[in-house]
Amino acid sequence: MLEGILIGLQTALSLQNLLVVIGGCLIGTFIGMLPGLGPMSIIAIMIPVAITMGDPSAALILLAGVYYGAIFGGSTSSILLNAPGVAGTVASSFDGYPMARQGKAGKALTIAAIASFAGGTIGAILLMIFAPMLSSVALLFHSAEYFSLMVVGLSAIAAFAGPGQVTKAVMMTVLGLIMATVGEGALFNMPRFTAGIMDLQSGFGFITLAMAMFALPEAVFLVLKPKNLGQDGGEIKDLRITRAEARAIAPVIGRQSIQGFFIGVLPGAGATIASFLGYAVERNIAPKAEQAEFGKGSIKGLAAPETANNAACTGSFVPLLTLGIPGSGTTAILLGALIALNVTPGPRLMVDDPQIFWAVIMSMFIGNLVLLILNLPLIPYIAKLLAIPRNFLIPFILFFTLMGAYIGQNNATELLMLVGFGICGIALKFANFPLPPLLIGFILGGMLEDNFSRSMQLYGGVSFILERPMTLGLLIVAAGLIVLPAVRTRFGK
Amino acid sequence: MALDRWIALVLLGICIVYGYAAWFLMDADLAPFMRRNPIWPSTFPKVLSILGIGASLVILLGLEKGEEKIGDIDHRRLGDYFLGQALFLLGLMVVYALCLRPLGFVFSTSAFLIIGSFILGERKWHVMVPVALIATGAVWYLVQEVLGIFLRPLPIFVMGV
Repeated sequence: MLEGILIGLQTALSLQNLLVVIGGCLIGTFIGMLPGLGPMSIIAIMIPVAITMGDPSAALILLAGVYYGAIFGGSTSSILLNAPGVAGTVASSFDGYPMARQGKAGKALTIAAIASFAGGTIGAILLMIFAPMLSSVALLFHSAEYFSLMVVGLSAIAAFAGPGQVTKAVMMTVLGLIMATVGEGALFNMPRFTAGIMDLQSGFGFITLAMAMFALPEAVFLVLKPKNLGQDGGEIKDLRITRAEARAIAPVIGRQSIQGFFIGVLPGAGATIASFLGYAVERNIAPKAEQAEFGKGSIKGLAAPETANNAACTGSFVPLLTLGIPGSGTTAILLGALIALNVTPGPRLMVDDPQIFWAVIMSMFIGNLVLLILNLPLIPYIAKLLAIPRNFLIPFILFFTLMGAYIGQNNATELLMLVGFGICGIALKFANFPLPPLLIGFILGGMLEDNFSRSMQLYGGVSFILERPMTLGLLIVAAGLIVLPAVRTRFGK
Repeated sequence: MALDRWIALVLLGICIVYGYAAWFLMDADLAPFMRRNPIWPSTFPKVLSILGIGASLVILLGLEKGEEKIGDIDHRRLGDYFLGQALFLLGLMVVYALCLRPLGFVFSTSAFLIIGSFILGERKWHVMVPVALIATGAVWYLVQEVLGIFLRPLPIFVMGV
């Protein structure tokens, strides 16, 4: 392994490759900030550039830089504007945006940068150690386990079920699940609830819904009741994290790096589940006083999903590099790039092309480090976005909200749907219905139904719950995560 | 009746319509081989409709104990806020959606940004116009030229596509 690390370092630390990773990180960060352009789109766009570079190692280093940059960029729009452009950063807005509203935008971005760095770096260490071993474990996960994993992910809604809000949170989750059933499902191959409207054939767009439920209501509330985001109790450029805060988030980062990585290893699970699950777990194990802070600007609530989604992104490289199986959309695009570069990922990659295997892993370390070094000095300037006068800032937020939905689908009907859903989102917000559960239900709904249906077909009924111990175990964990907070509240512990 | 109960009533209606479609309409066109499956396309929606109806009834009938919380904005006193500006901006978004294709990206977006600022009370035209034009041009160049995602820059009667 040591020899491999040295080969990888030698390749990744050459001047050309260092410049490539810096360029990749910058491109990824800035384009990733645009809602609607997630890592997958940006990597797809950068593939022709990578291929023309000729050298597979340099090309992969560029793409890794773009990947990590895009993830961080996505978190930025999520935290500053409450406009999560990709599903993996939705959970970051739960506490990141409230922090920005409290005038702690700089601190929130710093925590996001550090948590992302730690998640990515610890994930890369775990990848080095466990990659060959985990590739076989990942294959033990079948649809039944995935179904139960989605149920565990849904338990994140408990964080929004405060006193008197449990039914509203459940209602919003069910509504999200209902919306996920609209369109042509992957398994049944028949349109459902489309009312013959062609634009609904592929279902509702995630970005449209995310913008309508998060960014648009917030922007309208800022219009209704003007609020200077830059002067609401803190110095937005202030990056400092106190020692007590560092001590509070350190164990969260440690736990979520490991948990996120192992979830990322499972093909199909990925950063979204990891971030929701990370959020749910940290909220449930937090002391009661801190639990109430979740959703209102908790630093733990921000650090958990940020760490978990980065660690999961690294974990998703395990099935890609060791089995040639893309575990997520982004790694599927990377697989295409590898094949175009005449590199065949799989069990032989480490033996046949060790310099590529190790260069990719080393580029993860360097990419994360470069990203941290580049972004920390930029954070004060990025955070200053919120100090732009309201008369200019709000039209821009609304414009980027519209663009996010439009770029994703290239369909003007999507914009009308965005406004329609946005008005519904505003009404729900007025009535204190928690909106994150709706989006959690919508994101997980399709995967939940597909995996449940597959398991039912394989086992001819629900017997798989009892026949597969891992499924049963995960469902018990999910039940615990949902019931535990209520029990703790009831008994005042 | 409180706003959350009105919303629960609307959601109840949605869930009933959804449930009706799932229970009584969806299975009619199901292919015979699919009828032998333990799970049908309507199975999950059927479960969801029951859950949805149950949850909306609990909210509607006020069965869950809890005090009515007023958020950042009290919807009962909307007149105290900048309601007109918010409504105009939402209307502007609809107009933008309708004009984006026929009038092209450059004109629609510049107009959206300028009118948006105007609605919010901005009157510094020497700042509004250049900012809107530069931002529109920069976003168009990035999306169309750098990222290769088609955004028709000019009106349909000029470009003809």
